[in-house]
Amino acid sequence: MRMRLPAGALRRCLLPLVALLLAAAFGIGSAARAQTQQLLNVSYDPTRELYKDINALFVADWKEKTGKTIVIRQSHGGSGSQARSVIDGLGADVVTLALAADIDAIARRTGKIPADWQKRLPDNSAPYTSTIVFLVHKGNPKGIKDWGDLVKDGVAVVMPNPKTSGGARWNYLAAWAWAKRAYGGDEAKLRAYITRLYQHVPVLDTGARGSTTSFAQRGIGDVLVSWENEAFLVKREFGADKFDIVVPSLSILAEPPVAVVEGNAGPKGTLEAARAYLNFLYTPKAQAVIARNFYRPRHPEAAAPEDIARFAKLDLVTIDGEFGGWDKAQAEHFADGGTFDQLYKPQR
Amino acid sequence: MSLAIPFKPKPSILPGFGLSLGITLTGLSLIVLIPLAALLLRAASADPNEILELVTSARTLAALRLSFGAAFLAALLNAVFGLMIAWLLVRHEFPGKRLVDAAIDLPFALPTAVAGVALAAIYAPNGWIGGLVAPLGVKIAYTPAGVFIAMVFVGMPFVIRTVQPVLAEAETDVEEAAALLGASRMRIVFTVILPGVMPALLTGFVLAFARAIGEYGSVIFIAGNVPMVSEILPLLIVIRLEQFDYAGAAVIATLMLVVAFVLIAAINALQGWTRHRLGDA
Amino acid sequence: MRDLRLSLRASSGRSDPARLLFFALCFGFLALFLLLPLLVTFVEAFSRGVGVYLDSLADPDARSAIRLTLLVAAIAVPLNVVIGIAAAWLVARFEFRGRQLLVSLIDLPFSVSPVIAGLVYILLFGAQGYFGPWLKAHDIEIVFALPGIVLATLFVTFPFVARELIPHMQALGGSEEEAALMLGASGWRTFLHVSLPNVKWSLLYGVLLCNARAMGEFGAVSVVSGRIRGVTATLPLQVEILYNEYNTAAAFAVASLLAMLALLTLVLKSILEWRFADSIAAARGH
Repeated sequence: MRMRLPAGALRRCLLPLVALLLAAAFGIGSAARAQTQQLLNVSYDPTRELYKDINALFVADWKEKTGKTIVIRQSHGGSGSQARSVIDGLGADVVTLALAADIDAIARRTGKIPADWQKRLPDNSAPYTSTIVFLVHKGNPKGIKDWGDLVKDGVAVVMPNPKTSGGARWNYLAAWAWAKRAYGGDEAKLRAYITRLYQHVPVLDTGARGSTTSFAQRGIGDVLVSWENEAFLVKREFGADKFDIVVPSLSILAEPPVAVVEGNAGPKGTLEAARAYLNFLYTPKAQAVIARNFYRPRHPEAAAPEDIARFAKLDLVTIDGEFGGWDKAQAEHFADGGTFDQLYKPQR
Repeated sequence: MSLAIPFKPKPSILPGFGLSLGITLTGLSLIVLIPLAALLLRAASADPNEILELVTSARTLAALRLSFGAAFLAALLNAVFGLMIAWLLVRHEFPGKRLVDAAIDLPFALPTAVAGVALAAIYAPNGWIGGLVAPLGVKIAYTPAGVFIAMVFVGMPFVIRTVQPVLAEAETDVEEAAALLGASRMRIVFTVILPGVMPALLTGFVLAFARAIGEYGSVIFIAGNVPMVSEILPLLIVIRLEQFDYAGAAVIATLMLVVAFVLIAAINALQGWTRHRLGDA
Repeated sequence: MRDLRLSLRASSGRSDPARLLFFALCFGFLALFLLLPLLVTFVEAFSRGVGVYLDSLADPDARSAIRLTLLVAAIAVPLNVVIGIAAAWLVARFEFRGRQLLVSLIDLPFSVSPVIAGLVYILLFGAQGYFGPWLKAHDIEIVFALPGIVLATLFVTFPFVARELIPHMQALGGSEEEAALMLGASGWRTFLHVSLPNVKWSLLYGVLLCNARAMGEFGAVSVVSGRIRGVTATLPLQVEILYNEYNTAAAFAVASLLAMLALLTLVLKSILEWRFADSIAAARGH
């Protein structure tokens, strides 16, 4: 047949396809390397507002000190999936994630972050901290005061899935630490409490922001177990007259850590800027912004007193003291077959 | 097994077999098959015992049942209403028809996350419809029913859009003749119209079904995501990924893929069979 | 014939209960699953006024997202059209062993969860993937850059064109093409002047669906994009970013932009219908 000449015709049709794909690949690859220096900060969900403010300050500060213009790009998402993106090649210069375990994972799997990263910056490489608190409807109609009240009949608790959310892991550990003390170290009672707690959860969102939306916008549940900074933010965004923050008797000191991804910043030539960026977080200027964005600053004296006054004093356990560090906590509680898997029995 | 043998065509006067085969196979391989092969390769790297345990765990099976069950029901509903709406758009005139016609593609254009948020806003207990049925003790959002709703939404355009062009070009002569001969309307629908659009209808059903199985973005906003109850398979994959367990994720993905592929192949075979039967009749 | 059709129409009067039920069911379904979500989108988009709506679309990040989305669609849709037409021609015009298998393989991307669609490219081209080290050595970026987004989009939209065309071309049969060839037309000529015009509606639907999905795809793209604001965020990702910032109005404003694609569809289709009507009249010689 006349048309049966695949060889020539095929080549004519297929080559452009392949060429287009390749052109796209190379074209953008080179276009992305712009003239001004760019830093990519890969962060987790609730820090969007914080880094918007910080970045503006740092850009001005950098210009003043070095005379150079710098652009800071942001990427936000669940802490775990952000870590995974960096492992899979996302060119982050710095990571600012929800928990040390996620940065450890990057360090271990790629070697782009030195193993002792947490010692490279002050305060466990966490320039700000937070904790876990409860957010309830105005007037606290269900009378929720502490962790024990979450498992009372008729109380619906909203919190995300510890398997997919960094914040939820802090929730889980805080509940664990409380129950351990409340039941005098009785392991069986402690485990029963955790099981009952999650039976009170009608919606297990994949991330902290999802849970916040379910609670604040969809009207699900009586109490949201959440980051302290997130709880304040909800009050600001949805109206202080709608919600109250309840501080439990005991919670956990959440340290969202930061690190330079040297394996990315080095070859890109942004190492110096990346380090300066993270060091900047510890400066009084940044610490004040941190407090204004509802994170607990490491240097409260640098912040406005009214911002500091918001933070209630409460007993805080630490991940290292209570759970022997993230590596151990991760393996014991959240890995496959860990306590969460053992204790999670949904109510049908 | 060489590819050349199965792909050898029956003699035909039409040209372009080699060319179209070349383009199709190249595209299919580069975009679909090679990437999926990477998935299988990664799944195969998992420990066989772990694979077995993962695939047969109660939680995986519950998610499997929900994903495929809800997707099947959603596709069924879409098939019935899709056919009706296609008919409405092709054979009836009404004000605003063009607007309705254009809006059919909305579930594609709307990012699934937005669709999820919008649907949750409508069907949540404090939403427009969720609020209506809440006093009756009916919950839609954050239950398996929510999964079903999201799946109906994302699969809706498929049936309509596959049936519509076929219906538009179907000759109305036969229907008219049947009507003249005194056939009832129901009879015309079942003996004249339905057989004609059956292949397209089945195609639409397959597409809606397949799309619903894999849907993630819109479902997680409205499902509640409670393990064993309202947790879908794609979420299980995401949970694996969050734990950096690529192999586990690949295993569940492969499981989904195999079950979906078998089902789709079966329906496609059915479609081929109906077309053949109709052709012979 | 025309009179007959009229009489048939007339026989089903407006007060006919079955007809009313049919209309009620259709519109009920459409209202529940189409109108309400659309309404929510626009109500939310304009909840803070037109000013905020326009501002959110003029935002540099939103504009960059629009550009990226259009670029991705401009690459992915034509590629899929070429492949789709080839696949439909192959499946609908030739009998060969493995044909059913091929159709099922073409459908495969639909049944693959978008999450997986992104994941497979990470497994191939990610830093830990099978080609990761080679790409790195050659300084080629695929994932977390445009090529990855295009690939993921190609994957999820792969079946659309072919799937629209196949049932239609099968229903038509190949006799017209065969006739054209017998009369001495070349293969390409037959294809361009007989086959394509015959299936132009399905092709159009296929392209529109493909395009809508290409622009609206979220799951797969979110896995391979890296979500860098203003760089690798497509429109749907931008929507999610805004929504997660409690910026609901802006999120839905950007979302409404995507919804308005449907309006574009309307315009496009009307134009084609109009031209089509002319050509029909010409062909009939009236």
